[in-house]
Amino acid sequence: MLHVTYLIILLPLVGVGVQLVAGRRLGDPVAGWIGTAFVGASFLVSVGVYLDLLTVHAPVRTFTQDLWTWIPVDRLQVRAALYVDPLAMTMVLFVTGISALIHLYSIGYMHGDRDFSKFFLYLNLFVASMLILVLGNNLVMTFVGWEGVGTCSYLLVAFWFTRDSAASAGKKAFVYNRIGDAGFLVAIFLAYATVHTTDYQVIFAHLSEIGSANITAICLLLLVGVMGKSAQIPLFPWLADAMEGPTPVSALIHAATMVTAGVYLLCRVNPLLHASPSAALTVAIIGAATAFVAATIACAQQDIKKVLAYSTVSQLGYMFLAIGSGAYTAAIFLMVAHAFFKGLLFLGSGSVIHGLHDEQDLKRMGNLRRYLPVTFLTFAVGWLCLAAVPPLSGFWAKGDVLDNTWAAHPALWVVGIVTAGLTAYYMSRLTALAFFGSDRWKAAVPVDAHHDEPGAHHAEGPVGEPHESPWVMTLPLWILAAFAAVAGVMAIPNGQFNLGRWVDPVFGANLYANHLSGTALWVLGVVDAVVAVTFVAVGFHLWSRTAERPPLEGTFLRRSWYVNELYDAVLGRPAQRLAAFCSDVVDSKVVDGAVNGVAGLVKGSGSLLRRTQTGYVRNYVLGIVLGTVFVVGFMLTRLWWA
Amino acid sequence: MTALFASAATTIDVPHVDYLSILPMVIMLGGAVVLMVASSLVRRILGVSIGTWVAMATSLAALVAALVQWDHVRTHGPSVTVAGAIAFDGFAVFVQVTVAAAMLLTALVGDGYLKREGVEGPEFHVLAMVSASGAMMMGAANDLIVVFLGLEILSIALYVLAAFNHRRPQSGEGALKYFVLGGFSSAVFVYGIALTYGATGTTNLPQIADFLSRNVVASNGVLLGGMALLLVGFAFKVAAVPFHMWSPDVYEGSPSPVTGFMAAVAKAGAFAALLRVFVSSLVTVRVDWQPVVWMLALLSLVLGAVVALTQRDVKRMMAYSSINHVGFILLGVVAASPRGVSASLYYLFTYTFLVVGTFAVISVMGRPGDTGNRITDYRGLARRQPVMALAFAVLLLGQAGMPFTTGFLAKLEVIEASVADQGYTLAAVAMLSAAVAAFFYLRLAVTMFSPVGMEGDLADVGTAAAPGSANLPPVPVAGPADGVASLQVLTDAPPEAAVAARGRVPVPGLTAVAIGTCVAFSVVFGIFPGPVLDFARQATLLLA
Repeated sequence: MLHVTYLIILLPLVGVGVQLVAGRRLGDPVAGWIGTAFVGASFLVSVGVYLDLLTVHAPVRTFTQDLWTWIPVDRLQVRAALYVDPLAMTMVLFVTGISALIHLYSIGYMHGDRDFSKFFLYLNLFVASMLILVLGNNLVMTFVGWEGVGTCSYLLVAFWFTRDSAASAGKKAFVYNRIGDAGFLVAIFLAYATVHTTDYQVIFAHLSEIGSANITAICLLLLVGVMGKSAQIPLFPWLADAMEGPTPVSALIHAATMVTAGVYLLCRVNPLLHASPSAALTVAIIGAATAFVAATIACAQQDIKKVLAYSTVSQLGYMFLAIGSGAYTAAIFLMVAHAFFKGLLFLGSGSVIHGLHDEQDLKRMGNLRRYLPVTFLTFAVGWLCLAAVPPLSGFWAKGDVLDNTWAAHPALWVVGIVTAGLTAYYMSRLTALAFFGSDRWKAAVPVDAHHDEPGAHHAEGPVGEPHESPWVMTLPLWILAAFAAVAGVMAIPNGQFNLGRWVDPVFGANLYANHLSGTALWVLGVVDAVVAVTFVAVGFHLWSRTAERPPLEGTFLRRSWYVNELYDAVLGRPAQRLAAFCSDVVDSKVVDGAVNGVAGLVKGSGSLLRRTQTGYVRNYVLGIVLGTVFVVGFMLTRLWWA
Repeated sequence: MTALFASAATTIDVPHVDYLSILPMVIMLGGAVVLMVASSLVRRILGVSIGTWVAMATSLAALVAALVQWDHVRTHGPSVTVAGAIAFDGFAVFVQVTVAAAMLLTALVGDGYLKREGVEGPEFHVLAMVSASGAMMMGAANDLIVVFLGLEILSIALYVLAAFNHRRPQSGEGALKYFVLGGFSSAVFVYGIALTYGATGTTNLPQIADFLSRNVVASNGVLLGGMALLLVGFAFKVAAVPFHMWSPDVYEGSPSPVTGFMAAVAKAGAFAALLRVFVSSLVTVRVDWQPVVWMLALLSLVLGAVVALTQRDVKRMMAYSSINHVGFILLGVVAASPRGVSASLYYLFTYTFLVVGTFAVISVMGRPGDTGNRITDYRGLARRQPVMALAFAVLLLGQAGMPFTTGFLAKLEVIEASVADQGYTLAAVAMLSAAVAAFFYLRLAVTMFSPVGMEGDLADVGTAAAPGSANLPPVPVAGPADGVASLQVLTDAPPEAAVAARGRVPVPGLTAVAIGTCVAFSVVFGIFPGPVLDFARQATLLLA
């Protein structure tokens, strides 16, 4: 199956074509099923490619599919080529798999939306872009996918663009990503300038020619790009606003595509990071800081999706911490596990929102376990996973990260373990507020047009009564819950599904944690477990009876450390003033002035010249005479200077 | 006749005449004579239609004869005839074709105009054919005397044509100016011939070239003076700045079909002679005359484009536009290369169709008495008569040098010829002037497609695009020639006149055919330029 690798990308693209041509005619729900089918088929092809790849001898387990020469310009030869190795394969499998489930879920969630088929068009394009990003064998191909997911996130976050908040959230996502993209682009230029190629493997083979300073520069520039895409400090505020999109989009962005792109890219260029310890340390510090800050913000959010959004930022911070500590395998492990449980949590929250007719405020929920049993059960799995309670996957994944951090940068481990406690706390708060306590939703105002667009969702049962979601929505919940629960098997040493053994050919197996003694690992694991269980208990205890504890929800945290206000004051408003200056003064006075000045000059001189046209023959004759004298006189000067 | 000569004491050496070489102009003259004689033989006044049909038949015959000539030149090569006075080469034939085509189209346009204006009799067509034969003669002239002969035949008939609409005072005024100034410039031209003869001892063009190549006369003052005066004469005929002053008045005053004819035929004849005299005979001393032509081209390009912007009368605007075109054609003359010659010829040929078509529309739009020539009169034309508006727009865009029209290729050819001769400055000025010129062509086109009664007048379209000039005081109307209605006058026009101006104008069938032909030619050969370009490239000069 290796030789049909291109199909993995092509199938969702064909889906885009089908939706483009016939989407509106197919309508609701056929368009959704077709969109799901294409992504599902892509997943099946991925599985086939995976099985083929398994048969290849581990140390050389790579495959390059050269499609065509894309940019043949002098020395710049960019090929449209795909590169499959265990890292890319892992990404492809979970991207296609989880995307397929989210597509399925969307058929139920988006039912009745005016732009049902357009939604699936964007979703398919999103998946296709992500796969190009993952499978590209050079920086330029990756950049194509990178821009593709950026565009799709803009389109999808602003999907209900008639709402101001959605439109501006889409713009925000786009602008933040553009800032990052600039860094990525410069990194590509720098790589090309030093080794005259953008091909990953060629670059890695010529590390010594690049020079350590350039390597650090490339890494840091890539980090700028990755900060935008993976919502790290300082470019993280967009991800919380991106909750304005339909919930399946949130799930897709947080679990399968988009934000994981940054983690993937840093893993992809691991030889570069490995060659630049200072860049790696920068990544680790940014990751730890982001993890902590986002976790504190998540503790005070009131919107169910915002809590999850900041939790994603925080978890991404963990992944960066792992990468910065050289533990790429741990980062990938957490990414995969996170994809399962975060996808699960988002889809579960979507089910809650759907059931409550577009209510997203945690304070207006409560006791929903009675009304949404399936959602509650699956959500609880996600809750305990994210809280890292053993033996669920989150425990193993986060433990892996923290072990490596301890070995590499003990100071950052402290940040990590504190954040782990915060994580357990805010997830318990979320679950307690939504599914336990009293039926606060009854006191809430009627929900018409509160958040999502009216008519976007159908109402089943009496208005205001929470209802369980249809099977297309609950089936993905079950599947994801199962995977989230058992994904820990990837951590079993020497096991069939051991992730480390699988991706080691890509990263090499020289981890800091390898130097830790068995006792140390046990102690660290116990500490992790104790912290997780303790804070789950604390959070649950504090929030299962009451929804009002103002001291624990400081304004500083609720306003996200005032980051938005800060950016607005430091960058937003000055930029707006600059734009206003350009528009009012530079454009209307200088540019238009120059243009109009030239036009005025021409017209003015025309008017002046017109005055010579008196209409009197005597003047005309005089003109001819003068002209003749001039011509003859000029000709005769040739006598002297010829 | 032969017996008479034979019995004389001194024998007159009768030159051999290759009649094919002068066939088109003989046909033209013959048609004119036949028509005139016929009109004097019948008792009643001959109808306009008869004149039109005779003129059409004559022009067609001349066109066919020219094509036969072309075939002959292609197979037998160029030659001289009538004792070396007439050149029979591709260049000459090309001019015959151009003039015959212009005459044919003018006959079609003139028919409708004459009927509308109630002018009886065949004189219009007689004069036009005579004038055309003069232009043909200039194209084939191989002797300065013959050039002068052609020039006068061309001009004298044109003086009368310019005055043809005797009910319109401007017509007579323009014609009189044209006549006085034309006579003046003819005198200058003859003096130029005399000086050239004095310097070289001959008026025969190949012999002048021969003389100049055998004798080093780099600083011959007499020859320089002769060339200067010849240039002035030609510059007057083609209306190059600063010898252009007659043209706005004459273009405005003349009946519109005559203006189109004048712009096409007079320029074709005068440029043909200019090219032959300077580029083939005086090419050895080109360093002497090139700077002067360079300056003429530069001034024409700039002044034509700039002053056209401020015009409010379509015909005056077209006069300045044609001055701008003269600048372009002079680019090919300055280059003084075979490429420049063929570029100029191509320009002349395509310009003929563009300008005759343009003036065909203008003569239709002029309404009885040529009263509808203000730019504002074209407002809303697209709504009233969409086909004509579209045709006019195509012709204007062609003049502006829009791609996919012949106008674009013509400008491209002359600019390329200029660049090939290192004339970068002139090429740059030409391109900039084309940009300026595009404005007034497009302004007219936009006017046609904007609705009637829209706030802001045409003058405002100009000022709106150039607010910087809004604070300039309006140019005072100076003298009778620039008696152009100001904005105030336009808005104060009596309502009934405004209503009348808004009605549909009838389009005579033959005029419609002429407009259609011009549009089709400009577009088809703009998209498939091959045939006409090849034609122009093979129309080489005898000596070049």
